Amino acid sequence: METVSKKNRNWAFAIVGFFVLVSIVSYGFHEYYVYLQAYLWFGFIYGMCLQYGRFCFASAFRDLFAVGVPRMVVGIMIATVLFGFTSAFVNATGWSTFHPAPTSIHAMIAGVFFGVGMVFAGGCASGSLYKTGEGNGVSLMVILSISVTQAIFVDVGGFFNNFVPQSWKESALQKGLPPSINVADGWIDQYLAGYVWNQPVLRFAEMLGMKTDSIKGAFIGNLFIGVVIPALLLLIWVYLFWVKKNVVRKVEKEGRSVTLADHIQGFWGMIAASKRTALAGLFLGIACGLQMFVIEGLRMKFGVKNAGTILARLGFDYGLSAKGTVFDPGYWYVTTQEAQWVGWTLHKIFGWNFMDNIFFGWVNGIPNPAFNPADWMSVALIGGAAVMALLHNEFKFKKPTKELAIWAIIGGFFMGIGSRLALGCNVGAFFVRTAQGDPSGWLFGIGMIGGAYIGVKFFNWWTERKMAKEMAGLELEL
Amino acid sequence: MAVKFEKKEEGVYTLDVTGYVCPHPQLYTKKALEKLQSGEILEVVFDNPSSSESISAMCDSNGNEIIEKQMEGGKFTFKIKKA
Repeated sequence: METVSKKNRNWAFAIVGFFVLVSIVSYGFHEYYVYLQAYLWFGFIYGMCLQYGRFCFASAFRDLFAVGVPRMVVGIMIATVLFGFTSAFVNATGWSTFHPAPTSIHAMIAGVFFGVGMVFAGGCASGSLYKTGEGNGVSLMVILSISVTQAIFVDVGGFFNNFVPQSWKESALQKGLPPSINVADGWIDQYLAGYVWNQPVLRFAEMLGMKTDSIKGAFIGNLFIGVVIPALLLLIWVYLFWVKKNVVRKVEKEGRSVTLADHIQGFWGMIAASKRTALAGLFLGIACGLQMFVIEGLRMKFGVKNAGTILARLGFDYGLSAKGTVFDPGYWYVTTQEAQWVGWTLHKIFGWNFMDNIFFGWVNGIPNPAFNPADWMSVALIGGAAVMALLHNEFKFKKPTKELAIWAIIGGFFMGIGSRLALGCNVGAFFVRTAQGDPSGWLFGIGMIGGAYIGVKFFNWWTERKMAKEMAGLELEL
Repeated sequence: MAVKFEKKEEGVYTLDVTGYVCPHPQLYTKKALEKLQSGEILEVVFDNPSSSESISAMCDSNGNEIIEKQMEGGKFTFKIKKA
């Protein structure tokens, strides 16, 4: 194994030192900054885990369809179950910061957009963040594309109002939103207030007549029925379609017929092959659950329900929503804060009014990125991934080429659209929701798998075409 | 930067996908291996860390043997013998 160079080690120390310095200096200003620091250090842990486990949802379904490798999808399912376990514990105590999303077909449609996008881009929303930490310029472009697309998409109105069904418009107008939001102008506004908000909000525990904050509801309803069973079914599907044939081939090579014991061993082999991703998933799961505890504890300590109150008390009231709130999920999230910093930048530089839509103006706000808790989490996530990459000699600056830049922009665009339609990305709309027993997470996941399949079909054609050109003239059978 | 596929010597081919991110390195490796004859060697050069696990798992699953793995300065070189 290659030893870590002194230069890499120094850079890793410098990054950690920077975050430590930010934490100490900000605490010196006011103890309220502990709230932002909690986001920062959990983000740092997420970044390290993601880079170590190569934890990428795009890779999970894309590699399965493209090259028949189930490693990542298995790892992600294990991580989801482990996170489900820690979540059940947090839910049972009543300290969870999670709010389930409305469940309907919109989540699946959004998943298709997102799935196509993540294959084109070469990484999902969280995968692109950690790969940026590896020095990958293409991934940075993906993040930029997701961010800009989201910010603009949530604000489009005018001509696009023609594509809003009348029933959505009428329903949105009845929601009693303040005039500053101008709900009748904006496709996403009317989609949210006129359609999504009318859909049922439920969890598996409640569907089965249990309470989420009871031990039975958290562990049996949400964890066992809502997470373990669907994850197991998905893993069995992966085994039957991708792994079983290899097991059968190996056993038949030994000159004997396949038994149930061989299949059980093969299934376990499939699980064990994802050790690195599963290990990362274990720490991710623990960290995700712990973050909910810590943030809820800090909210109680400071007597707040949302970071908007903390920012206002610190004197930063610019960009707070009409309710005085900012985006403050209390757990791991990726895309909303990316849209926020674009919204803030365009608002500040070009005077673009982003506060007249539900996404920014009513719910998330556009606080200064320097004081946005979720932005602290994303920046630290990149830093954590960079430290892990440096310590494994895997950090390398890579400039995006024209071809990859085009894919990054197209992929980021589709992921941005999918994220806003689903109210979250592969983390917020899939990983977190499924682990909490929210059925909309699985709907998004099914759509994401379908989208990945479409994306892979396209890339197979693209790669075949390029390889044929490259191999022309060589003595190979084409 | 573009994908480069060259014949290095008899039965040995080089596929250089340096600069490419997922899914390109593993897809190009799969396509290149499909074109080779059994026993021929493919040297894949890439610098996308997450592709290393995907290519290894793909070879294991298809029975192709990785006879040499090198990693230096963020650049990976895998020598794969087609089954």
